[in-house]
Amino acid sequence: MDTQTGHVDVRNVGVVFGAGDTEVTAVNDVNLHVEPGEFVSLIGPSGCGKSTILSIVAGFLNPSSGAALCDGKPIAKPSSERGVVFQQYSLFPWLTVRKNVEFGLRMAGVDQSTRNVTARSLLDLAGLAAFENHYPDQLSGGMKQRIGIIRALATSPRVLLMDEPFGALDTQTRVVMQEILTNIWQQFRISVLFITHDIEESIFLSDRVYVMTARPGRIKAEIKVPLPRPRTPDMHDAPEFVELVHELKGLIREESLAAMAPEIKQGGLAGFGMKVGPQSVGEIYGSAPDALRKN
Amino acid sequence: MPSPEPVKTPTLSLVAPADAATAAATPLVTMSKPPAAETSQPVAPVKPKMRPLLERVTRDQVVAALLGCASILTLFVVWYLGTKYRLEFYIRFKNVPTPYEVFQQAVDVGLSSAFLTNVLYSVKRILLGFFIAIGIGVPLGLAIGRYKRVANLFMPVIEILRPIPAIAWVPMSIMLWPNNEASIVYITFIGAFFPILLNTVHGVHALDGVLIRAGRVLGASELQLFRHVILPGAMPSIFTGLAVGMGVAWVSLIAAEMISGQFGVGYFTWEAYSLVNYPAIVLGMITIGVLGLVCSGAIRIAGKLLMPWLAFAPGSKK
Ligand SMILES: Nc1ncnc2c1ncn2[C@@H]1O[C@H](COP(=O)(O)OP(=O)(O)O)[C@@H](O)[C@H]1O
Ligand SMILES: [Mg+2]
Repeated sequence: MDTQTGHVDVRNVGVVFGAGDTEVTAVNDVNLHVEPGEFVSLIGPSGCGKSTILSIVAGFLNPSSGAALCDGKPIAKPSSERGVVFQQYSLFPWLTVRKNVEFGLRMAGVDQSTRNVTARSLLDLAGLAAFENHYPDQLSGGMKQRIGIIRALATSPRVLLMDEPFGALDTQTRVVMQEILTNIWQQFRISVLFITHDIEESIFLSDRVYVMTARPGRIKAEIKVPLPRPRTPDMHDAPEFVELVHELKGLIREESLAAMAPEIKQGGLAGFGMKVGPQSVGEIYGSAPDALRKN
Repeated sequence: MPSPEPVKTPTLSLVAPADAATAAATPLVTMSKPPAAETSQPVAPVKPKMRPLLERVTRDQVVAALLGCASILTLFVVWYLGTKYRLEFYIRFKNVPTPYEVFQQAVDVGLSSAFLTNVLYSVKRILLGFFIAIGIGVPLGLAIGRYKRVANLFMPVIEILRPIPAIAWVPMSIMLWPNNEASIVYITFIGAFFPILLNTVHGVHALDGVLIRAGRVLGASELQLFRHVILPGAMPSIFTGLAVGMGVAWVSLIAAEMISGQFGVGYFTWEAYSLVNYPAIVLGMITIGVLGLVCSGAIRIAGKLLMPWLAFAPGSKK
């Protein structure tokens, strides 16, 4: 695969939903980029506009201001050059597993036997060759998302966009899926923009992590992950890993609290039994005065 | 999770841990599919092998069959006793033919070419009206469901015409169409059209938007989206429309044949009444019932064949 393609550039992007009284600024002046062959995560509290950014790069949504480019060309509409793995299960229930994987190639007019070969090799890669004739409703959640990933890869896109693909899975399955994904990535070396709210997931998978602020979302920090490739599960215990987790936790915590600041002021969280002491909210209050004062 | 070991292995193959994680879940999914008696098979293969008929019949199925027979038998016993003793308490069995008289009628008339012609006429009209209703209702329903502007254009007319029962169209239809055949087919069409159309629209609306987005991002053009995503996605709902539409089509057809007809089972039944041939009335009724049953059965079978995935859909098992 040509490693020179797959450059994503998001420039000063802002998105406003609705108008008048119902106007919501979802994201504000977001700048980010993904280099060819790079794995980049976008992390932030829920509702901060992560999916909105991904929709823009996918071409589902046009920004209210700014621009998104892929390999220098403005992104105007969805294209199989930018594969998407959705948060919800999105396999076509009326197609068998193999036909789902072949879907993109079929739309492109690729002949049956070529489609077959490609789909089979991808299914092998995902460990799902035995399930090629099953229907999606016969599979577990982890299997469905693996098929979602290889379905998106089948058309050889320049970029893979993933919106919390493992969000609906249980913890054990999620950890396994992360390993599978990093191994698949190792083979394809494709550019990935990966959205998550799981800190360890973002570190384990990525070369770089962007942290977003609470709504309206902006890029708050950009963190390089110095762990070597290929990634292996034992890296979870590496000192750099633990340190990065700690750093990201601090950044995210500030934003989560900022998002809930009105409730905290009304004593809402204390009412729910949340301890306001030196080890919890009080500490954060001390360390993040800006985030709270803004609201 | 059978074992956490493979996950820890640094030189991990792509497949091992994932299968360990999911293999445990898979048999559970497939297990719930076959009926209870098949628990001896731990993992159901994709295409279960045919086993001898007797082995596959479960106790549950036997009970269901017995109860079914009992209900049909009861109908005949009531009919038989009512006609035998000429019961009269508000409803009058005085002129009702006995089962045997009807049987005689069936033997005498049922194989006559005149009767078969009537049956063929009805079947031809049903099929014409029904397939024209599919041909117009499904594409129009898909377009209305997908495009707001098409809905804006068509829905007002549809909302006005829809509450008018097909039977109420009979006089107008006779005026509108050049011949009797066309007007009866038209009435049958009207009966089938609205259920098919509205269920198709509903099917498109109910389709999960993420599937449309998935289709677009996999490179489907608008036309390909219709063919490969929207149509199959709306198919279960379309088939609901076909089943309802077929029922209404028969009601409409029989009414039309009784009022304005020449030939047809409805015409046969009404003529039997005019000619005071009571057994023939019942023969006509039974024929209509059987034809309706065959038609809805055909739709059900077609649905099963065209939508094999529904056997696994959530909610398909009680
Ligand atoms: N179509 C929409 N109309 C109005 N508001 C929207 C729409 N989509 C998203 N939003 C709002 O924009 C914000 C960001 O949403 P989203 O990008 O989905 O957040 P995230 O993925 O980070 O949880 C949320 O507050 C959400 O309510
Ligand atoms: Mg989201």
